[in-house]
Amino acid sequence: MDKKSKQDKVDVKRRRFLTDTLRTASGVCLVSLALVVYQRQAKALPSTAIRPPGAGDESDFLGACIRCGLCVRDCPYDTLKLAELGDEIALGTPYFIARDIPCEMCEDIPCVVACPTSALDHELTNIDDSRMGLAVVVDQEACIAFQGLRCEVCFNVCPIRNKAITLDYQHNDRSGKHALFIPVVHSDACTGCGKCEQACILDEAAIKVFPLALAKGELGKHYRLGWEQQKNLGEPLVTPDVPHQYNLPEGMTYDYGGEGLIEEPADQPFSSNPLDTLNRNKEGI
Amino acid sequence: MQKGEFPGAEAVKSKGWLSAHRYLLFRRLSQLLIIALFLTGPLFGVWIVKGNMASSLTLDILPLTDPLVFLQTLLTGNLPVQAGLIGAAIVLLFYFVVGGRVFCSWVCPINMVTDAAAWLRRKFRLKGGTTYSRQARYWMLLAILLLAATTGSIIWELVNPVSLVYRGLIFGMGIGWGVIFAIFLLDLLVAHNAWCGHLCPVGAFYSLIGKLSLVRISAARRQECDDCLDCFAICPEQQVIKPALKGAERNLGPVILSGQCTNCGRCIDVCAKDVFVISTRFSNQLPESRGNSNQEEVMS
Repeated sequence: MDKKSKQDKVDVKRRRFLTDTLRTASGVCLVSLALVVYQRQAKALPSTAIRPPGAGDESDFLGACIRCGLCVRDCPYDTLKLAELGDEIALGTPYFIARDIPCEMCEDIPCVVACPTSALDHELTNIDDSRMGLAVVVDQEACIAFQGLRCEVCFNVCPIRNKAITLDYQHNDRSGKHALFIPVVHSDACTGCGKCEQACILDEAAIKVFPLALAKGELGKHYRLGWEQQKNLGEPLVTPDVPHQYNLPEGMTYDYGGEGLIEEPADQPFSSNPLDTLNRNKEGI
Repeated sequence: MQKGEFPGAEAVKSKGWLSAHRYLLFRRLSQLLIIALFLTGPLFGVWIVKGNMASSLTLDILPLTDPLVFLQTLLTGNLPVQAGLIGAAIVLLFYFVVGGRVFCSWVCPINMVTDAAAWLRRKFRLKGGTTYSRQARYWMLLAILLLAATTGSIIWELVNPVSLVYRGLIFGMGIGWGVIFAIFLLDLLVAHNAWCGHLCPVGAFYSLIGKLSLVRISAARRQECDDCLDCFAICPEQQVIKPALKGAERNLGPVILSGQCTNCGRCIDVCAKDVFVISTRFSNQLPESRGNSNQEEVMS
């Protein structure tokens, strides 16, 4: 009997242990699941939030950044902020809003130096190599340059002037005699500092800096651009063109790579080319 | 403890209010001082400590990094950077010496919130509520480490209330107050000491460091214990006391060896008989008084 009660006690203990463990495990699993769902949302960086220089793509950044704010502290222009709970940005991570305070692109990049983890790439030593985002002329209808008005503010405030943003001269169809000075952004030079967005004279900027993932398109990996391949190889990729033998109607010639099909004025006494006349006279003698 | 009396009432009578709250006051001072050190920069422009609890730079020279969040960055597959590595090593070493969960009771700002809830629970005699397993925190710890390793993102820092308080105070809270209030309500109404004693994975992490740490509380004069239960009533981790205080017959030494003990010193405060002292894990030899205490029992 004593033995039996002891056995019962062990059973109760074991049952309690199992239910406790099961309860805890399922509770923790639920919490984890909720956290994963929340994290999926938190990963979707809003288009206005730009990461500091040296930050990798968003999912890498969220794995490396410990949200200490040392980059924020060492930013001399108060550009960087830490996301607060309730912001759309992952809690505690640094970002800036270009329209408010853009990155001034310090030469010594103090924010990167301050970072105690690999969240901001410590191998970034030249700020011109940073790619915080990419400026995009998002609204050609609102940008006054497209109306033929002289503005060029974005072009002029750009720290990498005439490389990251250039002006493309186009014909002004409206006036018929003026030029349009169209700003064009080049991703090989633009760091995404956001000076252009901040300076845009419109009420709502027509040029905006977006995180790279939003701003960049990408050509399919299988595409090969013939002229670039040719440049790399030094010779054409396909059989070289030979002068084509055309079966042309009488009195026609074909100027390959030039004027194209040319009608020879056979009936007329004089060719449009004075040399022809001179040569014919020669032959006639 | 007399029925209906507040734990520590006897100690207040015999030692005076001040020495019956000595360690509590030291702890509050420590917690507030650390917050003040972080806040002099943002508030007054005197930069003593830059950054926040996750990682900081003191006087532009001393890097300190939260080892748990640092561990998570490693698990997401990021290589350590020198400053972070040194900072985490210093912090680990410190808690290895003074006791892992000293972080919980002397540094963590949430401690003030949960202590307030515990105090109200005692004051208004709120009993019961849900019971969680005290092992849940280790499951939580395992879960957040696994989440970091599998998702490649430090998921815990999206919600971690421990780091949220400091970051909030220094950089802006947002709706972070809501999280703090939620923890207060959890501890007040749902379960006693629910957050710090059962769920918090940060505390679980530090308790693992504390398993081997040097400075420990010892029930050195346990033969003096008059079973008033004040220490049990005040202790946030009651289960750690018994083996040390009542383990004489089972050949257990007087030092509280459990890493779950936060070294908060409240047991020292509330004990009218001065049973507890701060000691080290090396003073855990069974004193010769063991024989005496057995004798006393026989006599009584």
